[in-house]
Amino acid sequence: MSWDWQVFCQDTMDREVVQGCFGKGGDITYLDWMLSAWGWTVSVSLLALLLALVLGSFIGTLRTLQDRPMIVRLGNAWVELFRNIPLLVQIFLWYHVLPSLFPVLRGVPGFALVVLALGFFTSARIAEQVRSGIQALPRGQRYAGLAMGFTTFQTYRYVLLPMAFRIIIPPLTSETMNIFKNSSVAFAVSVAELTMFAMQAQEETSRGIEVYLAVTTLYIISAFAINRIMAFIEKRARIPGMVVSGAAGGGH
Amino acid sequence: MNLDFSFYNWDLISNFVLKGLYFSLILTLVATIGGVLFGTVLALMRLSGKKWLDVPATIYVNGMRSIPLVMVILWFFLLVPAIIGRPIGAEVSAVVTFIAFEAAYFSEIMRAGIQSIPRGQVYAGQALGMTYSQNMKLVVLPQAFRNMLPVLLTQTIILFQDTSLVYAIGAYDMLKGFEVAGKNFGRPIEAYLAAAVLYFIMCYALSWAVKRLHQKIAIIR
Repeated sequence: MSWDWQVFCQDTMDREVVQGCFGKGGDITYLDWMLSAWGWTVSVSLLALLLALVLGSFIGTLRTLQDRPMIVRLGNAWVELFRNIPLLVQIFLWYHVLPSLFPVLRGVPGFALVVLALGFFTSARIAEQVRSGIQALPRGQRYAGLAMGFTTFQTYRYVLLPMAFRIIIPPLTSETMNIFKNSSVAFAVSVAELTMFAMQAQEETSRGIEVYLAVTTLYIISAFAINRIMAFIEKRARIPGMVVSGAAGGGH
Repeated sequence: MNLDFSFYNWDLISNFVLKGLYFSLILTLVATIGGVLFGTVLALMRLSGKKWLDVPATIYVNGMRSIPLVMVILWFFLLVPAIIGRPIGAEVSAVVTFIAFEAAYFSEIMRAGIQSIPRGQVYAGQALGMTYSQNMKLVVLPQAFRNMLPVLLTQTIILFQDTSLVYAIGAYDMLKGFEVAGKNFGRPIEAYLAAAVLYFIMCYALSWAVKRLHQKIAIIR
């Protein structure tokens, strides 16, 4: 079989090959479409990551509080709830079920619902890592903080969390890469991201191999970029002399 | 909006849901067995110390792990019929895909499990005069297996959740069963809710069992 990379230069409406590959005057080529789909993938992933980091850190921290069994149990329930339902089902719940149960959500665009679904799903996994990061610290750290007269909040803010977050950078790297991969599930509710593009362009052009190759390459580039960014952050955040066991090596 | 679950009766469940549930379970089982076998081969290739075995296995594993599963499912659905020259169903394609995809993850678990055994154990075996295969069989693998069994089982639960992604190629799994039932009876909301509840119960029960097993067989060091 032969390659036909010209397919990316075709106009999406009349299928004519466009000079220079980028559509002009409001027309778009498959290349334009793919790049905008990449943009959607990146925005869904980054927004979901932001939500997941905030929620996950908060809930993970709550799960390590001492003498607060009810809060710990609630945090555990949160994690179990979002970990034991497949992501696709969760996206359907956010997209189909919640808007019909709560009319407030009816006007919310699908994009935002997918960000919420992916963010909540990942928050449970980040909460688990934050918890294990805090619990990996020697118990003396907490006691030292309290003995210095810090409140619980101050102990977490100045003693425990700065250390815990450095420990969990490698698993957070894989979680960030997972978010990009998981954002592909948004195809199921017609968010115009890369996988959705791949399926539709494959159908329209019948050049599945070329389309899939291009999309797969974009996913790999995204994953690699995140890996490098996180490695940079890890390097910048490193404290000389602090050796974290088991945290060495890349973020795979 | 009122929820009405009264349309769920045994007929409906056995007609729509059980067929899908059966496929989801079979897919999980076959992909686990196939994935573990193929994954073991990959892990041994990566641990062999021979470059011509290590490099292809590493590329395969890292490649699979950096592509979304949905894309892999789509790839196989496109490529497998092209390679073997005749159309195959979505279900067969899903089985092939999951074996190939999960093998990459299983091989990483195996590799980590084998590498978690301190080198002193291997040396002790050698000092006792054991051959390579005796050493593997009697010293390394029993300990490695204990270490990795909970992780393997957890991966199987994740695999079970991931089977819902065959939605992308329209295979009839448990989620699809609920969806079809919901569409036929005009109750999609209840169908999705029921699917979520059933997935949750199954996965929660399984992960609880894995946790118990882990406590039971963990090696205390």
